[in-house]
Parts: sequence; structure tokens; C-alpha cells
Amino acid sequence: MNVRSLFRPGYLLPLLALLITGCASQPRDYSALQTSNPRSILVIPPQNNSVDVNAPYIFLSTISLPLAEKGYYVFPVAVIDQFLKQNGLPTPAEMNNVPLEKLQQYIGADAILYVTIDDWGQQYQVLSSVARVSSKWRLVDGKTGALLWSGHAYAQKSSGNSGGGLAGALISAVAAQIVSAIDDPTPELSRTANLHTLYNPYEGLLPGPYLRAKLEANKQASQ
Amino acid sequence: MFKTLLLPLLAITLVTGCSGHGQRSLYYWGNYEAVLLDSYINPGEAPDEVQIEKLTATIETAKKREHQVPPGLYAHLGMLYLRQGHTGSGVAALKEEKALYPESAVFIDGLLARANLEAQP
Repeated sequence: MNVRSLFRPGYLLPLLALLITGCASQPRDYSALQTSNPRSILVIPPQNNSVDVNAPYIFLSTISLPLAEKGYYVFPVAVIDQFLKQNGLPTPAEMNNVPLEKLQQYIGADAILYVTIDDWGQQYQVLSSVARVSSKWRLVDGKTGALLWSGHAYAQKSSGNSGGGLAGALISAVAAQIVSAIDDPTPELSRTANLHTLYNPYEGLLPGPYLRAKLEANKQASQ
Repeated sequence: MFKTLLLPLLAITLVTGCSGHGQRSLYYWGNYEAVLLDSYINPGEAPDEVQIEKLTATIETAKKREHQVPPGLYAHLGMLYLRQGHTGSGVAALKEEKALYPESAVFIDGLLARANLEAQP
């Protein structure tokens, strides 16, 4: 095998996966998830330990797509939020304390995703800024509360310091602060973090019923 | 916003689509996530009427491309219609959610029953 053949797609893809995920540790134990075998997931508006009051809702706007594309029915996040608010739970802190039986009775989700946001937003240094999102996830069985899967979603992005010496760096840091008031980088970071968490080949969430059905249909079509 | 949605979809296709045919995503997302973000972060720019318009356009495009409408979109549209007093359209959208995704039955039936719009089927 010469070096060139390493770059053929067959080798490149596993190599790429390895690069993204780093060295795999112990394979994760998926037995609880497989036994529970949920079709639907309810995402509770996240508990927020960051200083950004918008963080839970930015997160909510970026979780439906990757979760549903993974093959699960995802309850409509805004409708759920309105429903909980109308029922005496004005903030995510209270929403995270609803007993499972109540959720089961009114929403009937097979599994519930609880999210805690640790860090969210931009920090400005003199010459640059760093934007960061970080949250911890627990997916539990909707009836028993048993832990089915967990994850840590994290992404960060630095900006500024793009050459031009000190003056140039200062200007770009100031520009970044002005721009970021309008163009918040956290939604995009959150999308990236969510994707990596759900689609990590070693620790990600297993495909749900809608994706499994599609993969099965594809397999049959190709035979 | 279109560009930022494209990247995750592309990544998903890369991750999940290595097994031959049908490399497109399960759903056509259109404006759904952008509407969610705007409604939370820039509520002034996302009054219910504008959200309804964008979601309806997304449904139209999905139909044209013969691509499925994602979980939650019809339910969100139904909530907006009801808030605006368009009861008929609201009930129809909620029922569409349930027809597409039976997993939502407990929640949708409850919403309809409590709003006194329609009892159980």
C-alpha cells in the first residue's frame, strides 16, 4: 500500500472519523437505551447556569433538527414551552422539576432530554474574543426515569487577532464586539456542538426509529 | 440563516449517508429553526403572522420537493393559528401533526380537549 492509496475515499472516511473523535476510549454501554427503545423525545427547556438569559432558548432553536434527523420524534419545543408556561411554570428552572408522571400524563414522551447549560456566550479580552457553548445532557426513560444516554456538548470559536499588528488587532476586537451585538455566534456554535454530541460514532445517540426505517429501506433497495 | 442550516445538514449527510442511496435528510426544514430562534430572540421581528407565513412557505416547498415536513412544524403552526384566533386552521394543523407523527397523540389530543376545540377522536 503506497501513501497515495491512503487518500482513496475508503481510507479517508475512517481516518476523518478518527480525527474528529480522537482516540476512542471504552465503547459506550447502550443496553439501557436499546431496552427502552424510545420513539419520541421531549426536550425540557434547559436549566441555565450561564449569565446569558437567552441561552436556553437559543439552545432550543438548535436541537430539533439534529435530534429528528437522528430518527426520533421531537416534540415541538416552542409549543411545549408555551404549554408549560401556561401551566404555572414560568422559567426553565421550574420546568426541570416537573414530576415524570405529570409529563407522562400530559405529553406522553417515551424519553426526556434534560439539559444543563454550564457556559454560554462571548468573553472579550483586549485583543480577541472567545465564544463558547457548553451543556450537559441526560436522556432518561419517560416512565422509569432510568438514564438511557448522556452527553456533553461543547464548542468554541476565537475571533480577532487576524494580523495587522496591535492596532489592527484592537480594531478587529472592537469590531467583533460591535458586530456580535447583532450577529451572535452562539446559535451556530450550538448547532456544531449538538451535531458532534449526537453523531459522535463512539458516544453519540443511536439511530431512532425513523432513521432506522430509512436505512433499512436503503439497504433493501441496494440489494 | 440558510447557510448556517446547510452545514449541519451536510454534516448529517456525511455521517449518516455513507450507505448508498437516498442521501438526503429525512426532512425538509426550511424556515422552522430560524422561526424558532427569531421568536425567542427577536420577538419584534417575528410576530405570529410572519411566522405563519414562513412556516406555510416551508410546507409548500416541502410538498413541491416531495420531502417530509419535520416533527413539530405543524404543531407550531397550529399554536400560532390558535393564538391568532384562526380556530379552524389551528385545529387542522394540530391534527396534521398527529396524523404525520402518532407519537404526538397524547399531547395534541390534550391540547385540543383542554381548549374545548374537539374531544377525543
